[in-house]
Amino acid sequence: MENTEIIKVQHLAKNFGSFQAVKDVSFTVNKGDVFGFLGPNGAGKSTTIRCMLSLIKPDNGQIQLFGKDLKNHRNEILSKVGSIIEKPDFYRYLSAEKNLAIFARISGKDVSKREIAEMLDFVGLNGRNRDKVGGFSHGMKQRLGIAQTLLHQPDLIVLDEPTTGLDPQGIVEIRNLILRLKSEQNKTVILSSHQLSEIELISNRMVIINKGQSIIEGDVKELLNAQEMVVQLEVNDMEKTLNVLNLRFGSASFKQINERIIEVNIEKQLVPSLNQTLVQEGVEVHAMEPKRKLEDFFMKIIQS
Amino acid sequence: MLLKNTYNEFIKILAKPRSYLGIGALTLLVLLILFAMKADGKSFISFVTASFEQTLSFNGNILNGNLIAFIILQMLIVHIPLLVSLVTGDLISGEAAMGTIRMMATKPISRTQIVLSKFIAGAVYTLILTLWLGFLALIVGKWMFGTGDLIVLNSDGLVILKEQDILWRYGLSFGVAYLALLTISTLSICLSAFAENSIGPIVSTMSIIILFTIIGTLDVSVFDSIKPFLFTTHMASWRSFFEDPVPWTTIRNSVSILVIHNIVLVLIAVYKFNKKDITS
Repeated sequence: MENTEIIKVQHLAKNFGSFQAVKDVSFTVNKGDVFGFLGPNGAGKSTTIRCMLSLIKPDNGQIQLFGKDLKNHRNEILSKVGSIIEKPDFYRYLSAEKNLAIFARISGKDVSKREIAEMLDFVGLNGRNRDKVGGFSHGMKQRLGIAQTLLHQPDLIVLDEPTTGLDPQGIVEIRNLILRLKSEQNKTVILSSHQLSEIELISNRMVIINKGQSIIEGDVKELLNAQEMVVQLEVNDMEKTLNVLNLRFGSASFKQINERIIEVNIEKQLVPSLNQTLVQEGVEVHAMEPKRKLEDFFMKIIQS
Repeated sequence: MLLKNTYNEFIKILAKPRSYLGIGALTLLVLLILFAMKADGKSFISFVTASFEQTLSFNGNILNGNLIAFIILQMLIVHIPLLVSLVTGDLISGEAAMGTIRMMATKPISRTQIVLSKFIAGAVYTLILTLWLGFLALIVGKWMFGTGDLIVLNSDGLVILKEQDILWRYGLSFGVAYLALLTISTLSICLSAFAENSIGPIVSTMSIIILFTIIGTLDVSVFDSIKPFLFTTHMASWRSFFEDPVPWTTIRNSVSILVIHNIVLVLIAVYKFNKKDITS
């Protein structure tokens, strides 16, 4: 992973009247990152992203993209950015290809009809080029939004809640599309979501924001590994299991669910040792399921 | 980028059904007047000329294309602003309501260029509407009613203009009428920069026109000082070209007031749109 900073946001603040939408948000996105921008609804994610795209003027703080100040190099910066904010909106009375042509024309790059057709093909909208967008489903609009985002070949792609309102199949399609952008085109992607599993599955780095403030930032795996995890065990002998836990793993806390199932809070590196000890003590471990999810981590962070 | 986005604006205007609604309504209105004049124009004219018939003798084709064009202009200049603002009032706020303004504003085009391209597109649409009105009123009018001298009833009496002395007057009067309609277009686009829906600017534009027209016609001295500066006062300045002699000073004054209105309204819209947080 190259460590060139693509986005650097420092102490961003924005008020709407007396409402403080963003208090103090700072984070850095490096080149090639799929960066998760995580927070509950109303945390200030969209306001921060809108500030980064010059839709909203911040009251305080600094935004640098590609090493340049957004205020002074707006057009130069935005020519390298493709974005979907909340939901892609198009001219309903125009066809898919005309919509793309309209946005491409003001994206700072001349795009041919062939490139538009290829892009529609890339997002799975081949054959719908001349159909009016008014007749498109939400999922199709979302894919057209991705096409609009990529058409001028930006270096940075900003996706604000790209899977909102999509059915499960649509969510998987968009997720795969984002992963293809990373693997096939080496794009830097910033992905805002309140769907924690989405960030866990796609992102390599993330920031969590809550109540307008950035809480924690870092590598997704490192952040998750550093946390205590919950392992759900299904065993044949609960008494022996409790003995092992009490005598050998005093630091671990546990909760017995029923006669065969127990949930154990334990550091990740101790899990193999727990399994080995239980087997050595003659306990049959029928299942060992990690329950630690980003949701738990996220909730812990938010509540703290 | 300004030209590219202006081209985009033309594509959008051409694709929007409401753009044709204005042209369609105008065509229907003019055809209706032409049909009414063809059916019963003579009695309409005799009603106007009756009071002069004791002192004047009218010979030839009085109800000709030149008079028809004058009547149409006089009748419709009040209604065309609605047709103009129906399209131009939607140019910014309609995109805000649709969400596409958000998409545009994340592109490497300045907000000033976005607003200016909309003004240019609005101006061209208004020009097309004015030219279409001119074509229907003058060309179709002459084709249906023939040509001849123009008799105009002004506040100070009848003005009779020779046939060969009319075309240049129509050319310039359509120019001034266009400037007046352009002011309406600019006003509605300016109001559009403040709104998030398309109905608001259209209704506001018409309300302002009605309010200013009422102020202009009220014979109350308290309004005397502001009347000369209201754009509605100068919307009928096109009529001045059909006076003899032509009051050039009055026309120049009207043109100046309308041009100043256009410039100020564009500047307000550019300022507002640049300051605006796009949250739609």
